[in-house]
Amino acid sequence: MPDDDAIRCDACPVLCYIKPGRLGSCDRYGNQNGTLVRIEPHVVLDRAVSRGETVVPFLERDREWDGNLVTGQETFVTAIGAGTTYPDYKPAPFIISSEVKGVDMVTVVTEGIFSYCGVKLKIDTDRFLGPEQNTVRAQGEAVGHVTTSEYGSQMLSLGGVRHLTGGSRHEGTVTCQTLLDLCNGKSVELKVDEGASVVVQPGRPPVVDGVFEERMRVGCGSATIGMFAKQWFGKVDDVVVVDDHITGVLSEHQAGKLLGVSETGIKMKGRRSTPGRYFKVAEPGTAWGGTNIDDPLSILQPFDPKEAWAGLRLLMVSTTGEHSAYFELDESLKPIAKDLPAALKESVARIRENCEPALCTVLFMGGAGGSLRAGVTENPVRLTRSVRDALTRVTCGGAPVYLWPGGGITFMVDVTRMPANAFGYVPTPALVAPIEFTLKLQDYAELGGYVDHVRSLSSISTDESRRRVSARTDNPWPLAPAKPPEVP
Amino acid sequence: MIPRAQIRLLPDGHRLHLNDGPIDLIIEAFGATNHIQLAYRAAAVRFVTVLDELCAELPLLRREPNAGCWPTGVIARRMAGAVMPYSPETFITPMAAVAGAVAEEILQAMTNAATLDKAYVNDGGDIAIHLEPCQHFVVGMVERPVGPSLFGTATLTADQPVRGIATSGWCGRSFSLGIADAVTVLADTAAMADAAATIIANAVDLPSHPAVLRLPARDLAPDNDLGERLVTQKVGALTDREISSALSAGVERTRSLLATGLIRAAALHLQGQTRVVGDTLQLAQPATVHVERGLVHA
Repeated sequence: MPDDDAIRCDACPVLCYIKPGRLGSCDRYGNQNGTLVRIEPHVVLDRAVSRGETVVPFLERDREWDGNLVTGQETFVTAIGAGTTYPDYKPAPFIISSEVKGVDMVTVVTEGIFSYCGVKLKIDTDRFLGPEQNTVRAQGEAVGHVTTSEYGSQMLSLGGVRHLTGGSRHEGTVTCQTLLDLCNGKSVELKVDEGASVVVQPGRPPVVDGVFEERMRVGCGSATIGMFAKQWFGKVDDVVVVDDHITGVLSEHQAGKLLGVSETGIKMKGRRSTPGRYFKVAEPGTAWGGTNIDDPLSILQPFDPKEAWAGLRLLMVSTTGEHSAYFELDESLKPIAKDLPAALKESVARIRENCEPALCTVLFMGGAGGSLRAGVTENPVRLTRSVRDALTRVTCGGAPVYLWPGGGITFMVDVTRMPANAFGYVPTPALVAPIEFTLKLQDYAELGGYVDHVRSLSSISTDESRRRVSARTDNPWPLAPAKPPEVP
Repeated sequence: MIPRAQIRLLPDGHRLHLNDGPIDLIIEAFGATNHIQLAYRAAAVRFVTVLDELCAELPLLRREPNAGCWPTGVIARRMAGAVMPYSPETFITPMAAVAGAVAEEILQAMTNAATLDKAYVNDGGDIAIHLEPCQHFVVGMVERPVGPSLFGTATLTADQPVRGIATSGWCGRSFSLGIADAVTVLADTAAMADAAATIIANAVDLPSHPAVLRLPARDLAPDNDLGERLVTQKVGALTDREISSALSAGVERTRSLLATGLIRAAALHLQGQTRVVGDTLQLAQPATVHVERGLVHA
């Protein structure tokens, strides 16, 4: 490929061929009479620098957090595989010190056995999974229950001490296995009493009754009318957005009125809330807009002959844009299905496009009991206070946790932010989860920590049995000071 | 080995400058101080491998996109995805979207790591933006990619879909097949804007006009993705009518992209004349869309 007079620049992996008198793709290295030369820095930077100040180093070299370097603050030891001390109140398996910005930091690393634990599961779907409070089963055993519906999602609560140890031995074992699989990112099939069967996997779309859930609705039916009324105006005479929660009707809806959409004589089934907004047009289900209907016309009553006219154009669409149908009224005011006109296809696609990908997300929730805390300090309540005062940072496999306010150390963590296979179990049955407490060495001594058991990070690094993983770039670095320093 | 990438705060203490080979990013995040720091760290960490990832697939990225041979890198795939709508009807390679795609990737690393009010990643004029509700950016447009004179501004508010801005022109850093001084495009993503700006800048043209000097791209840069295609090296003075005719060709192309949702707005500039397509861009007189406060269902 290269011409005879082009030279190859090896300043970066682009490896440009540069002709005499020209610059490479960076505008910084050039071919000057056959020699590779570095030209002035890029104009944008040049202007900044020319103000006379020097540029401030932001990160020093070697700070890529690749996990291979075990020097200083670049490495954080997680509790995964650290072992546990329960039920002996011995110091935690590892108490590690490292220096961060001149301050000696201590990380107390342990794997906690959590009898009081479970997962909160958020399943992005408008399909009906089952009545609130109903039992959720895995392999036929009760492992949790259906809790609240949230916007575009259904919440399940799985595990908890009652299923783990309060029921039959088999119930406990299955609950433990279900929690373990979900926390380690595996897929689990759940069945709701009087409801749907759903396959969940953290960070993946749910599969409800064999249907792969692709998208979350953009809003309820009424909200969808509000959002898209303008785009529909003039292209269609009426629009029904089918939704299990609130079905919207353009011609009656405030948004339609504002645009001057005229009455169409449409008659909906269900209970009218406010103009253009209907509750319960059908039963909940897994078809159109989270209802049980496959035929959208089944939620309509005959059109009012005083208002409707032959040729009236009607679009029916679900809140995710997944289902849509287009009708025109015949001489007897009966809706006749027709192909969706191109202009409306676009708006249906727009609804679909505005729906976010549906996911299952799993938060592990557990409480660090007295014995676990006793592994950190001789005076467990002082650890709790230190955590409350934000002097001690709690992480779970290096991932940030949400600490529940109030007493004790009850926390939640997004399992997808933790390293792979971070969870284990004991036959109690209970889940084993990593937990780390990081604080200043001085604070650690003050709260009655096992200062003589503190080991330096370098003494850990020599141990070949350690698994080294890259830190997730979207997690805050666990050893970063809890209170951030001033901006340089 | 000394890392190639340069990572530093600019002297203003607010903006982060990342440079690696031809990639040059200026980044600014707005929000709580600790979150800005988290975001900048995440940007830096993500940045150090970007060039290597792209170079690993460079030969593929310099060819027209082919659904049967899709690149593997996350940025490379975004590039290919951004140019796919134009191919094969129009010659374009994923490299046309490289700057926008890199900007998007870095911005995503930042917003994954931190909660920010707003942020931008400016990759040599191709900009990815992040806006939380009720936030906005005012963006200035320049007459030509290397010149600092503003000829208009656009106010981008969170309720609009625009999250990417790109500018392309014959005197910019990349070669152009057209004669536009600058085409600034607003689109839903930076990669989409980048690809579209290239397409529109190429369309602003006066084929075979004697005042336009064109040379085969490979005579200037042997490994350029445009190969033997003639790229604009100099545009002499044009008459008002010629300018208008070249811009009209670009406007026609712009309208077709607007109709298909590939872009939201564009401003085309050539020798003192400007055409604006789409209603998001305001010239000289920035206007913010004020939404009346009222109760809405959450």
